[in-house]
Amino acid sequence: MWKWFHQLASPPHFYRLSAILSPWLAIPGLILIVYGAWQGLFVVPMDYQQGDAFRIIYVHVPAAYLSLMAYMIMAGAGAIGLIWRIKLAHAVAAAAAPLGAAFTFLALATGSIWGRPMWGTWWEWGDPRMMSELILLFLYFGYMALRSAIDDTAKADKASAVLALVGIVNVVVVHFSVEWWSSLHQGQTVFKKGTMDADMKAALLVMLLGFTLLFGSMLLRRIRTEVLHRERRTRWVREMILSPEGGA
Amino acid sequence: MDGFAMGGYGAYVWSCVALTLVIVVFSEWRSRLRHKRVYRDIEVRLKALEDRE
Repeated sequence: MWKWFHQLASPPHFYRLSAILSPWLAIPGLILIVYGAWQGLFVVPMDYQQGDAFRIIYVHVPAAYLSLMAYMIMAGAGAIGLIWRIKLAHAVAAAAAPLGAAFTFLALATGSIWGRPMWGTWWEWGDPRMMSELILLFLYFGYMALRSAIDDTAKADKASAVLALVGIVNVVVVHFSVEWWSSLHQGQTVFKKGTMDADMKAALLVMLLGFTLLFGSMLLRRIRTEVLHRERRTRWVREMILSPEGGA
Repeated sequence: MDGFAMGGYGAYVWSCVALTLVIVVFSEWRSRLRHKRVYRDIEVRLKALEDRE
């Protein structure tokens, strides 16, 4: 197990393995998303209170869930990089940040669009879920700005990992904000019993799984690029690129 | 057509779907572009080194 883990953490091995794995995550992910979107947008019944506007849930919830998952990956990988000094871990953290920012922006935007017909407002400054999600977006921006401000990769890795670890507090706040404070945002629905019709929930779970697989594929691609950039002066990159087959 | 009207909420629902599509496609396109650029930069540097040698 330990040997396998070490082998996986080896940049050339990971570079080759990720090229194989990425389409195997993307294709089933896309199939699930198309099926889940079809079910969620056209097949499942509308909500008795929100009407068809509730169908925004099928893009909003996966985006919000991925915004938190990306952060956990970024902070977790940063911690692994700091503790065990695994180079690949810092590459994972650096690759997760822009994806996390994209999904956080998507969660905020789709939430805002959903809020307009349901709450009568695009944005509510006093809402704890919205504000903590907005802080999450700023944490991603801060993380990326910090990385790009430091030329020395090793120093950038350490500083940004510390920032990511401190920001975990906000992930906890985002998750529990709807339970801790009174909020316009509805409470937990996906994993709570009796909060959602079974067909509605099944379509949402399909979307969540599809988006998770697609996210995995997108993350692998970004890690590959990060690995290639970091390892650009190494022998294996030189051999791969100058070989007659190339390596893409 | 009723399915697309979404009971009067079509503009909200479809704009969210479109935004999701745009962000996912844009993110993937940027990622592929960066990979190509990084790869090409290394290739050019290595070829220049080889020529010099």
